[in-house]
Formats: sequence, structure tokens, C-alpha cells
Amino acid sequence: MNPMQTKAVPPALEANNLAVKLGGKQVLNIAELQVNKNEVLVIIGPNGSGKTTLLLSLALLIKPASGTITYQGYASSKNTATLELRRKLAVVFQEPLLLNTTVWNNITLGLRARKLPVEEIKARTEKWLARFGIADLAQRQAKTLSGGEAKRVSLARAFALQPDVLFLDEPFNGVDSPTRQALMEDFGSVLRETNVTTVMVTHDRSEALMMAHRVIVLINGNIRQMGTPPQVFSNPVDEEVANFVEAGNIMHGVVSSQSEGQALVDVGGLRLDVVSNLSAGAKVTMFLHDDDITISLPAAQTQLSSARNHYTGKISKIFPTGSQIRVTVDCGIPMVALITKRSWEELSLKIGDTVIVSFKASSIHLIPK
Amino acid sequence: MGIIVDGIKQAFLLLIHGDKQMLQIAWLSLVVSGTATILSLLIGIPLGSILGLAKFPGRRVVVSLVNTGMGAPPVVVGLIVSIFLWRQGLLGFLHLMYSPGAMIIAQFIIAFPIVAGFTLAAMQQLDPKLRLQITALGVSKIQMVWQLLLEARLPLMAAVMAGFGAVISEVGASMMVGANITGQTRVMTTAIVGENSKGNFALAIALSVILMAIVYLVTLLLTMIQQRNKVR
Repeated sequence: MNPMQTKAVPPALEANNLAVKLGGKQVLNIAELQVNKNEVLVIIGPNGSGKTTLLLSLALLIKPASGTITYQGYASSKNTATLELRRKLAVVFQEPLLLNTTVWNNITLGLRARKLPVEEIKARTEKWLARFGIADLAQRQAKTLSGGEAKRVSLARAFALQPDVLFLDEPFNGVDSPTRQALMEDFGSVLRETNVTTVMVTHDRSEALMMAHRVIVLINGNIRQMGTPPQVFSNPVDEEVANFVEAGNIMHGVVSSQSEGQALVDVGGLRLDVVSNLSAGAKVTMFLHDDDITISLPAAQTQLSSARNHYTGKISKIFPTGSQIRVTVDCGIPMVALITKRSWEELSLKIGDTVIVSFKASSIHLIPK
Repeated sequence: MGIIVDGIKQAFLLLIHGDKQMLQIAWLSLVVSGTATILSLLIGIPLGSILGLAKFPGRRVVVSLVNTGMGAPPVVVGLIVSIFLWRQGLLGFLHLMYSPGAMIIAQFIIAFPIVAGFTLAAMQQLDPKLRLQITALGVSKIQMVWQLLLEARLPLMAAVMAGFGAVISEVGASMMVGANITGQTRVMTTAIVGENSKGNFALAIALSVILMAIVYLVTLLLTMIQQRNKVR
């Protein structure tokens, strides 16, 4: 690689030989990690793999045992004042962690600490309250908010800081499914608009697939694989990564119509029925877990079902995993379903058979592209 | 039973007539214990915050000392302060013995471990992640501690009440370093002990009723401040 070129566009942040110990035990060991400007980097991995520790280390909230973290050339070490660096960052935790005061005071705290002019604080706060649809909550006490509202405040608080790098630790955990979907849609579009450099931790593969430019798979404190979502999800480097990432279908489409939270999305000739508030014309990335798809024989087509989506296709590929079989059905676009060996045998399926794949509208997760 | 009724009657009479001596005793009680409480807040809240938030070698020893201090008998505090303040003592040159100043010092020593201990507990019961979040918002260390104290404001008001309650009601230390001198160092508690030993039960009861009323009013005021922003 030409060193002059790497110097032209320095990464937003860089970690080298990062080691973190908790209670004497080494929990993180990162030889090298770069986060590029304007990219969304998603860290995935099983529970206890060190995802949050990595995120907090990069956000300068945990002191590493050794190694360096560099922000656009500024190295963070024990000697440099981290406050100035920290003011270039924002962190959204899994819990909203709001202070026991009004929503307004929560959002303005970081801005006041930066001693910004009063008019700017007001303008930014109003802008981000409105952007997350919570302008009417400004004077509410934070502890009277619902879970979803509190998450919105927490996100607005982070974006109001206009950070160079935004860190998120499982931001959509702990809210019910429709709230989560709405939250992810709003967050997704804000992320696209602001283009802010983002590092996000999740254990949910669908979030990674939909949002990430690059994905890191962290297992036992080590980066096991790094790459674009298709690279990681289609070509896992080893069995452990494979077991973790192989989860289902990612699809890109355009909303063709929407009313009362029910939308139709065009995907390569198919028209999917999904739950979304996005309006017609919106480009979306969708995710469907492989175990949310059921396969049935064409004869059973007349049976009534609450599932809104039924598509006919031919079985093109099978891949046994333990007691289950991953079946790829070509419906114009490939759909991967996970079914048990017993179902496979009882339906006496084989490659080339025509089958019907079905799934519920609410099984589809989507965010604006 | 008659004695108690007499005492309550007398308390009302003293209050209604605005008995000068009684008012002076009550006022001195408030000044001495109020000053000692304020001083104990100035030292106890920062000390408790540091102990609750910082990590340093010997922290546990200091915490155990503070916890012991919370239960220190006032007579022992009085004894130690006396040893320092008496004419030939280390601080004898200050000529503070048997003055309200000596009583404030003794009561401060009684109150500040209580305030520090409550502050320590209040800080430790906050979600440790809240501290990370506040830090992540880009605030300075001092601003962070201030925000945490604001978060802990309810238990901190309890610290104020406990500190004040401990000193307004103590008698041992005030007796030893103040000596219950009429018009100079006589406070409610020492006056009650004095009247009781003279057999003036009615007056002792009257003073007790007034002392309880003072404690109630001050606590009521603090409670109202504490519950002011409580969400219904």
C-alpha cells in the first residue's frame, strides 16, 4: 500500500495492540483496528465476547492495559488530556441512562459543558428533539418517559453533540418489537443523513446486516473476521463465526405503497408485505431470519394462514447443520429457510422440487437505505 | 401524668410569652447545631463523594473510619475536644473552651462522618454506568461529580437531616465543652439535663416539647425541599 495514500485520508480512529484486562483477566486483544471516516462499523459477537469492552475502550471510557487509540492523529495516552478528545465523541448505551431532570436538560448537558452559545444550544436541541419526533416531550421529567421515548432522548442527546465518532452499545435492546422497528427506521435515516462515523455493538445479526458498511466478528476478545456484511455473512472464516453469523436473508428493495403501517416492498420482482411506516419510494434494506420462514408443499396452498407472504419457488440448494437443514429456495430471489430434518423427511423434499415459502409481514426487519 | 400536662402547659406559656431566656437557649441551639451541620456538609459531602467514586490505596480503611465515626458517642467526642481545647491543651491558646465555638467544633466532629457516610452510600447506589454516560457527554470531572450529587439529591437531603438530627439532640459533648453556662453556652439539651437534675420536671418537659418542635420544623423544611421535585 502506498503510504502517501493512507496519509491523505486518515482513519477516523485507530487502535493498535490494544489489550484490556478486567479483574486481572485479559478480555480484549486487538492487534489492529481502523474505523474509516463516515463508515458504519458494526461489532458483532456472542455474549461475553468483549464487544462492549471494545466499544468503551475506543470511546476512551475504559483505560486499556496497553496499546494506543488514535483519533485522527491525536494519540490518547495516560498523559494527554482526554477531555478534549472525548468531546469529539458521543456514546449511546444499552440503557437510556437519562439524568433525573427534564428531557431538555438531559439533551443540553453536554452542550452546556462545551460552553456553546445559548442560541446554538437551543437550536441544536430543538432540531434533534424534532428529528426524533419527541419535541413535545422537551419539558417532561425523564423518569416519566416510556422505554421507547427514553431511547429517543438518549439518541437525540448523542446526535446533538454532533460527534466526529458515534458509539452505540446495543441501542435497540429492551424495547418491544413495533417500537424497535420505528426506532430503527428513524435512526437508520438519521445515520444516512448525517453520515457520521459510527461504531455499533450488537448481538443481533439483522442489525449488522442492515446497517453496517463493515462488520467485525469478535469472539473471546479477538477479531475473528472483518469485512463487508456479504463477505462476513456469506464467507465466514471458520465454523465458530459461521455458527454465529449464518442467520438468514438480506434483501434490498423499494417501498411501492404504504398505508397505516402496512407497506408493500418491491424486491427483484417479488412484492413483500411488511410492517413499516416508510412512505412509497423509500429504498430499504430488509432482513429475514431463516427460521422465520416456513416451507410447504404446493398442495397445501389453499390452507388459510395468517402469514401475509407466500411465494412459489424451486429448491436450489440444501445444507445440513446439525438437526436442521438450511434450504435455499429460488423464488426469483433466493430465500434461505431453516427447517428441521424431520420436516424435510416428512415432506420428502429434494433439490428441484417446487415449494411455497411463507412468512409473516412482521418477521421482516427493515431500515431505510 | 400531671407532671407531663403541667410541662406541656408551661411550654405553651413560655412560647406565648416569648420567654427571653428560653428564646435565647433555643436560638443558641439552632446557631450551634446549624453551623456545625453546615460545616459538616462542606467537609462530609466532598469526602463522601471521593470515597464513593475514587479508588485509592487505603480507601477501605478510611471508609471503615467514617463508618465508625457515624456511631461515635458524643461524650467521647466531647472528651477528645476537651483534651485539645483545655488551657494546657494543644489548642488551648485559642481560648475556646466553654464557648459556643467549642460546641460547634464538637458537634461538627459528630456530624461530618454521618454526612460523609450517607453521601458515600448515596453515590454508591447510583448506576455505575450513569457515571460513564455523564463522562461520555464530555463534562469535566468536577461537573460529573456535581451531576452525580444532583442525581443523589434525595438521599443527600437525608444526610443533612441525619447530621442535623444527631447534633441538635446530643448532650454529652455540649455539656463537656460548653458546661451549660447560663446565657453563654446553655442549649436546649443541656438545659433539659440541668432542669431535670434540679427536679424542675415541668420546665424540663416544656423545653423538651420546644426542642421536638424545633427538630420537627427544621426537618419539615428539609423534607419539603427534598420532595419538591418529586414526580407525582
